[in-house]
Formats: sequence, C-alpha cells, structure tokens
Amino acid sequence: MEWLDRNVPKLVLAPSCVAILVFVYGFIAWTAWISFTKSRLMPRYELDGIGQYERLFAAPRWDVAMNNLFIFGGLFIVISMVIGLALAIFLDQKIRAEGVLRTIYLYPMALSLIVTGTAWKWILNPGLGIQEAVRGWGFEGFTFDWLIRPEMAIYTIVLAAVWQASGFVMALFLAGLRSVDTEIIRAAQVDGIPTHRIYSAIIIPTMAPIFLSAFIVLAHLAIKAFDLVIALTGGGPGYATDLPATYMYAMAFSRGDLGQAASSAMIMMLVIFAIVVPYLYSELRPRRDQ
Amino acid sequence: MTSRTVLTKRLSRDTLTTPQTGSVAKGRRNTMLRWGLYAILILFALFYLMPLFVMLTTSLKSLEEIRTGSLLALPREITFAPWAEAWSSACAGTQCEGLRPFFWNSVLMAVPAVAISTVIGALNGYVFAQWRFPGANLFFAAILFGCFIPFQVVLLPMAQMLGLMGLAGTIPGLIFVHVIYGIGFTTLFFRNYYVTIPQELVRAAKVDGAGFFRIFFSIFLPLSLPIITVSVIWQFTQIWNDFLFGVSFSGPGSQPVTVALNNIVNSTTGVKAYNVDMASAIIAALPTLLVYVVAGKYFIRGLTAGSVKG
Repeated sequence: MEWLDRNVPKLVLAPSCVAILVFVYGFIAWTAWISFTKSRLMPRYELDGIGQYERLFAAPRWDVAMNNLFIFGGLFIVISMVIGLALAIFLDQKIRAEGVLRTIYLYPMALSLIVTGTAWKWILNPGLGIQEAVRGWGFEGFTFDWLIRPEMAIYTIVLAAVWQASGFVMALFLAGLRSVDTEIIRAAQVDGIPTHRIYSAIIIPTMAPIFLSAFIVLAHLAIKAFDLVIALTGGGPGYATDLPATYMYAMAFSRGDLGQAASSAMIMMLVIFAIVVPYLYSELRPRRDQ
Repeated sequence: MTSRTVLTKRLSRDTLTTPQTGSVAKGRRNTMLRWGLYAILILFALFYLMPLFVMLTTSLKSLEEIRTGSLLALPREITFAPWAEAWSSACAGTQCEGLRPFFWNSVLMAVPAVAISTVIGALNGYVFAQWRFPGANLFFAAILFGCFIPFQVVLLPMAQMLGLMGLAGTIPGLIFVHVIYGIGFTTLFFRNYYVTIPQELVRAAKVDGAGFFRIFFSIFLPLSLPIITVSVIWQFTQIWNDFLFGVSFSGPGSQPVTVALNNIVNSTTGVKAYNVDMASAIIAALPTLLVYVVAGKYFIRGLTAGSVKG
C-alpha cells in the first residue's frame, strides 16, 4: 500500500510513456527499418542497404519536392515573420479598435488548410477568379495565372500559407512586445531616444526567444504542409508543387511503394530533427529562475 | 485604476506617438504617419478578410451569376440553395448525401479525442510539474519530442497497427490516433501551467495527509480553467482540421468533414458548382471559427502565459 502511494505519479505517467515509446519511437524505428529494405506493396523485413535512398535521390520528382520545400519553407517563414513583426509593432502603437483588427488578422489560423486551399483555389482560378475580376475593372491585360503555371504554382502555396499563419506570428510577437519591461522603455523615452531606435535596439533584441518560437512553429508547419498542397494544387500542374509530404503520401497510398514512402518520411524526419533538437535542448536546459 | 497609472499611461502614449512635441511641423508629420499606420493596418485587414468575403458571397450566388459576375461583387440575388445542397445532397465521391454525415463523424471523433487527451495531459503535466522523480526530465523530453515528429514517419506502421487492432477505417481508430499524438501538446500545456503553482502548496497538503489525487482534485483542478481552455481549443482545432490522419485511416463510413470537403471540391461528376464548394468550405470551417470567436482571446492569453515563456 505504501509502495502504491509512493509510486502513484509514476503509474499515472506510465501509460503515456509506453504509448509514446511504442507509437512514436517504435514506429519511427519500424519506418527506418522499412526504409532499408526492398519493400514495395507489402512490408518486407530483410535488410537491403541504402538502395531506397539512392532511388529516392535519383528520382526527379523527389528533387522537385525538396526544391519546393526550400523555396516554400524559406519564403513562407521569412514573409510570415516580417508581416507578423510589422503588424505587431504597428498594433502596439495604441491603435483604436486593436481588438477587432487582432481578431481579423488571427482568424485564418482557426481554419483547416483544406478550407484555406479551397478558398484560394477559387480566388486564384484564372477563369473566374481575381484575374477576371481585375480585368472586369478595365485592366484588360491583367494576368494572374500562377495556379496553372508549373514554375509559379508553388508561390500560390506560399501566398495561402502566409495568409493563414502570419496573423498567428503577429499574436506571438505582440505578446512579446507587451512583456518587455515598460520601465526600460519609459527611461529610453525620457532620454529622447526615437521610437524606431527603441524598437531596434531595446525591444526586438529582448524578444529573441519569441523569434525562435515563431521560427520553430513556422518551420514545423512548412515541413508538414500537406493539406494545403492537396487542396490548392493537388501537387500539380504535373508534380510541380509536390512537397516531401505529398511525395510520401503518393508513394504510400497511391503508388504502393512502401520503401520509397518510408525513406522519404525518414528524410522529412531528419530535416525536422535538425531544426527542433537544438530548440528542445534550449527549452529543457535548467534555468536559473526555476 | 489610480490617477497615477492613468497619468503614466497618458505620458507613455504621448511620448510613443509624438516623441518631440512642440514643433507644429513635427506634429503634422506625426498625424500623417498615424494615418499611414491606420491605412496599412486596414489594408492588411482587407487582405485577411477577402477570402472569407469571397467564400461567403460566392456561396450565396447562383451558378449563372458566378459565371457572368465578378468574384468580388456582392450577390445580386441571394440564394440559399447551395447551402442546402452542400449540407444534404452534394456528392463526395460517389456518395451524394452532402456534408451532413461527415460533419457528425467529425463531431463523434473530435469530442472524445479532445476530452481524453486533455485529461491525460492534465495528469501528466501535474506529475511533471509537481511530482518530479529521477529521470522525469528525460521522459518529458521524450514526450515533447513526439509533438514535433512529422506524422508521415508514423503513417505506415499506424496503418498496419490499426488493422491489427481491428480499428482500421473506424471512428474509434481515429480517436485513438488523435489521442496518442495529442498527448505531447496537452502534457506540455499543463506542465508549463502547473510549474507556476508553488511546490510549498503540495508539500503542505502532503503533510496534512492528502494523497496524489486528492491534491489534484482539490487544489490543481479548481485552478485549471485557463489551461483547460487552451488545451481544449488547441486539440479541437487540430483534430477538427486534421486531414492527413483522416484521409489515411478513415473508411467510407468514417471520413471526417475535411476529407469529405476535399472530395466534394474534387468531384468531377456534373457541372462544377463553385457556390456549393464554398458553402461546404464554410460549413466545414464553422465549428473552429465559432470556437475561435467565442474563446480565442482566452487561448492567446493562456498560451502566452504558458508555452511562449516556456
């Protein structure tokens, strides 16, 4: 009985730990194993070296997917951060109706990426969408047909993703701006330091952890972006807007190529690993204030 | 609010917007800046609102009006027929019952999954924050890492496992998956919230002979409303909006609303009904939008109190 009392916390935690052990780490191990086999339609367990990875990196479609990940990920993260920070600073100037504006900026985050994709697919549709609307205003030569141009379609995904996530970044930054010590700011104002200098030299540097959080959240969204591509372009035209996530899904569920699906999933995993592990390390490092 | 804080507020407002008062030219420049500021903020507001506006107006137009009119025009004649069709007769693949059955699938999936993962997260967070044991940090890191894995890496084995468990293509299967991969975040939320509660409280309660659950129910649970709100909103949004698990693990009778929406939009049979697509998209988005409008501010407040500061 006393043993039970002492170990209640561990017993409460045990099911979650077992579940995570099996369904996260065990499953990762399983996928890793399969990525080193000749599995096709059905899993096979005889190891076969790095053949799947060689096939993966030789596949032009994977090449496109990885390129797209860097284009999309880079632009999405940078643009969302710039817009998010700018809006947060602008909203921090004792703006009237701040609450209303904040709500408007933030609501896209509540939507499913499938809904976002559906809406933007309709807006960007060259036949009846924004292109036609602008032409209707008298700008006959206006073209905005990125959605159907293979070399431009990836930027429509950037556009929709920025629309979805930049308001959330704004909220993160705004919370950061508000948590900066007002005494320091007031002292700087009394000294006559101009507002833009107060931001660039005092406020923004103290928000470094928020930049990091925002970056992690956005990078994570970018690498997992799957729904948006499916809903907006379906990976097309051709496979011009494939991302690793859609490549993996196509291999797993429509091509019946488990080996390729597993090896592409492992590469995605490694990319996230490279970004998240340093972050988790800094989060979990013992802090003086605790 | 005391008069002193009012005064300092006013002071800081004046100094922030007009750093050097006194010169009229400067003041005028600042007024201009202020107008520019509002113009930019309003432009962005229009950018964020535009898709919602387009979805809503398109869903209320007839197909004829969509073909002849402008995307950004208000409907000349409002019709609710697309909404009725989206709800009860639009075709998702071969099934022509509208979104209704799938909407209920999502409800049946999201409600238990949110409740279970929140309860588990609360208990885990309570242990990690207040009942530390050697090695607890390692377990916490292991669980936290689970938040960040790309789900693609567990997709194949999970499909096999659900098959083995007899849960493939069922709603309980989807609930199971969402609970497992939601635990990481809910644990993180509750742990970060509960570490702010002084450990002396637990120590004193222990001295008084209260046990693990007694302390949880009488001290921690009553304080937990803000973080329960965060956890419920986060989990509900994640699970309701999920597409990857839905499309991978559901069967014809258990597809969630996001999968059905995608099927309706990509249905190739008959005339492309954009107004029905848009009505379907709004219906699929309504629950999370509603949650956001009603409780969104508590979410940001709770989140910034917890996870941002770490």
